[in-house]
Amino acid sequence: MKDLISGLNKVFESRIRLGVMSVLMANESYDFNGLKDTLDVTDGNLASHLKALEEKKMIRVNKQFIGRKPNTSYSATKEGIRLFQQHLKALEDLIKTQ
Amino acid sequence: MDKNITSADELKTIRRIMEESTRFLSLSGLSGIFAGLFAIAGAMVAWFLILRHGSVRYDEFFRSLSEKQTLVLRWQLIIDAVMVLVLSMLLTLWLSKRKAKLAGKTLWTPVLRRLVVNMMIPLVSGGIFIIILLIQNHIQLIVPGMLIFYGLALVNAGKFTYGEIFYLGILEIITGLISSIFPAFGIYFWTFGFGFLHIVYGLFMYRKYEA
Repeated sequence: MKDLISGLNKVFESRIRLGVMSVLMANESYDFNGLKDTLDVTDGNLASHLKALEEKKMIRVNKQFIGRKPNTSYSATKEGIRLFQQHLKALEDLIKTQ
Repeated sequence: MDKNITSADELKTIRRIMEESTRFLSLSGLSGIFAGLFAIAGAMVAWFLILRHGSVRYDEFFRSLSEKQTLVLRWQLIIDAVMVLVLSMLLTLWLSKRKAKLAGKTLWTPVLRRLVVNMMIPLVSGGIFIIILLIQNHIQLIVPGMLIFYGLALVNAGKFTYGEIFYLGILEIITGLISSIFPAFGIYFWTFGFGFLHIVYGLFMYRKYEA
C-alpha cells in the first residue's frame, strides 16, 4: 500500500491546484481570468495557490501587456507535467486496486 | 475505501476540467437550427424576390439582363447573404451566452478566443477570395467558394468545440466541391449546405447534449 501512495504528490492535494494543473496540462498556457472562470474560485484564493505552484516550480508565469492591460498567463513546467502525470498514475492505481 | 472514492472523484474532476478548458461547450444546437432556417429564408428571398422565381439558373438569367441590372442584382444578393450571416452569428452569440449563463460560466474564455481565431483564418481568406471572384465576374464559383471555406472553418473549429462540428465541416466541403461541378445550381447547393445540413446538425446536437 505504501508504494501506491508514494506517487501521490502533496503539492496537488488541494482541489484548486489539481484544477490549475489539469487546465495547464491540456493547454499550452492559460490566463488568470480564464483559470478563475474555469475553476470557479475567487481572485485571492487562486492567486495564493498559483503562487505556491510557482514556488514549487510546477508552473511558469508569463507577464505581458495586451494593449495597455497587463495580462498574466501561466504554463506548466516540464517538471510540473511529469509530477502531475505521476500523481494521476498513482490515483489510477489506487482505484484499480479496489 | 474512502480514499478510493475521492481518487475516482478527483480523476473525474480532472477529466472534466481538461475537457472544459480545451473545448468551447457553450455552443447550442439551437443555433445550428436557426442558422439553417435563416439560410433557407435567405435562399427564398433570393429566389422569389431577387431572381424573380424560377430563375435557379442564374447564369442564364444574368445574361438576359443589362449590365446595370446585373449590378443591382449582385448587390441585392450580397446584402441578402450578408444578412443571413450576420443574423446567424448574432443569434449564435446570444444562444451561447444564454447557455453559458445557465451553466454559470462566462462566455469569453481563452478557448473561445482560440476557436474564433482558428475559424477566422479560413473565413476571412474565403471572404476575400469571394470578393475577388465577384469583382472578376466568376459568379458561378461564389456558392462553392462559400461552402468550401466555411467547411474548412468548421473543420478547424472541431478542435476547439464539439468534435461533431468537424463532420459538418467535411460535409460542407463536399457540398461545395460538388456544387462547383454544377455551377448553375448554386442556390440549391446553398440551401442544402447552409440550410438543410445546419438544421440536421442542430437537431442532432440539441437532442444529444441539451434535450
